[in-house]
Amino acid sequence: MRLRFNLVLGLTLALLVIVCALGAGWIAPYDPVLHADLMNSEMPPSWEHPMGTDGQGRDVFSRVLYGAQVSLTVGLVSQLINSFIGTALGVSAGYFGGWWDDLVNGLTNVMLAIPSLVFALAIMAVLGPGLPSLLIALGLTNWSWTCRIARSSTLSLKNQGFVQAAVSAGFGDFNIMRTQILPNILGPVLVMATLGIGSAVLAEAALSFLGVGIRPPQPSWGNMLTDARELLRAAPWAAIYPGLAIFITVLGFNLLGDGMRDLLDPHMRTRKV
Amino acid sequence: MSGPLLEVRDLHVHFPISRSFPFAPKRTLKAVQGVSLTLNQGECLSIVGESGCGKSTTALTIMGLQEPTSGEILFKGKPLTGPNAPARKDRARIAQMVFQDPYASLNPRQTIGRMLSSQLALHGIASGSDANHRVAEMLTRVGLTPDHANRFPHEFSGGQRQRIGIARALMLDPKILVLDEPVSALDVSIQAQVINLLMDLQETLKLSYIMISHDLSVVEHVSDRVAVMYFGRVVEEGHWHSIFSRPTHPYTRRLIGSVPDPDAVLTGARPVPDAEHLPSDAIFFPDLSHPADPHVEDAPSHLVPIGPDHRVRLAK
Repeated sequence: MRLRFNLVLGLTLALLVIVCALGAGWIAPYDPVLHADLMNSEMPPSWEHPMGTDGQGRDVFSRVLYGAQVSLTVGLVSQLINSFIGTALGVSAGYFGGWWDDLVNGLTNVMLAIPSLVFALAIMAVLGPGLPSLLIALGLTNWSWTCRIARSSTLSLKNQGFVQAAVSAGFGDFNIMRTQILPNILGPVLVMATLGIGSAVLAEAALSFLGVGIRPPQPSWGNMLTDARELLRAAPWAAIYPGLAIFITVLGFNLLGDGMRDLLDPHMRTRKV
Repeated sequence: MSGPLLEVRDLHVHFPISRSFPFAPKRTLKAVQGVSLTLNQGECLSIVGESGCGKSTTALTIMGLQEPTSGEILFKGKPLTGPNAPARKDRARIAQMVFQDPYASLNPRQTIGRMLSSQLALHGIASGSDANHRVAEMLTRVGLTPDHANRFPHEFSGGQRQRIGIARALMLDPKILVLDEPVSALDVSIQAQVINLLMDLQETLKLSYIMISHDLSVVEHVSDRVAVMYFGRVVEEGHWHSIFSRPTHPYTRRLIGSVPDPDAVLTGARPVPDAEHLPSDAIFFPDLSHPADPHVEDAPSHLVPIGPDHRVRLAK
């Protein structure tokens, strides 16, 4: 029951965000950048502007939809990079041990010691603002927890009978990591990845809020919040709706990850005879 | 056939103990200290002893899952360790292992059929329907049914899992099976079934077993020869009958004396028969009459024959 609920709600919310991002061009009633009607700025939600207008008279609804494109791209791509780096380093470190393990461990500890947002900020400063540098900056700074979890899971699996049996049967190290270890650590890695999508969306918002992420006038939920900061009393909707969008996205992917972990667990899979 | 099938010569396995502070003296745990064993074609050699005596480490070293510190292991006279050791894949055809814990020894995310047939594919023995046929055959042989191939490990009981573990070990048609406490994790009623299966398989497939165990009733039932290990050394070895009827080393006597014997209780007989006649100046090694001092280097000792196929460790 719980499994269904998490999975269905998470999937619904995630799909909602994905549909919004993909269909922004069709759904959005106004152009998110060019339609700036200064006469109608700071208007509360109405039939014409379901989420009101911001300080420059742009439609908040349209901007939230286009912002979903940025957030989703950043969340998915950067988390894909993070999961790949973290899993590859963690599994190989746990499996081979020795100097490679020490090196990866040291690197992970260094990464954990540096506040990842500050590190991303530094990378952004070098690469300059924009989507590609945002993907690189967030993709390189958030793999340490995935790496740790992958490593510790691998360590506990390495001495189990089925891994030793695979070694005795003559399978190669790469094959063993792929067929014996990886499927068994997929659950925790997947959960880390979905949690990471949420935090990457938040990090994008933070970086854009600080002015080094997505540059205005291109909308992202982060820089929409920056713009809305000064209008918090006059036009709270300009801040509430991008914030709500962030909330829904993070919640949706977290529930989705949770539900998928349960689904991937073979103990939850009941056989139908 | 001339010569033993498997020979372990003066095997040492030491583990470094992590130091409590960076410049503390290096310490090593000597898990196995000069173990020599021979396994002949078709026989079952049991290694018995308490936990921590090095019997599992010996088994892992024979399987190549643990590097020996020194000493060598020979299969039909060819080395299994060191620079001339065979590749992992070639070694797989020589020896396979049945693990103690049937719950940790099967990959929870692989079906039984996939686990078994992937071995055949790896070694280029069979693939496709031919492989499925062989898997079905093997499952039947260990007392399961062919449709079990589509199931995941969590759908089986402990005894069934151990049968699957045996099927996996036999898939590549190995010459030697290393059984690491094969039944100690099972219910007593299931133990007998698995032991009988192992004995049947040994006969039909002409297998040679190395069994690690601390359960002497199982050992007495299955073994041809027995080696008793104590703190990394073999202290007594020989034919199972001479070990059980004339245990000589104090440790062996203590071990056998600890097994409850209902007949002895009824008849009032002494549970452990008296020791063999030994030279009057003989001192057993290690001397169990007073506690061991870990700071004193062990005195030299050697195995002395005291009967046909029966040797015991004495201090020199």
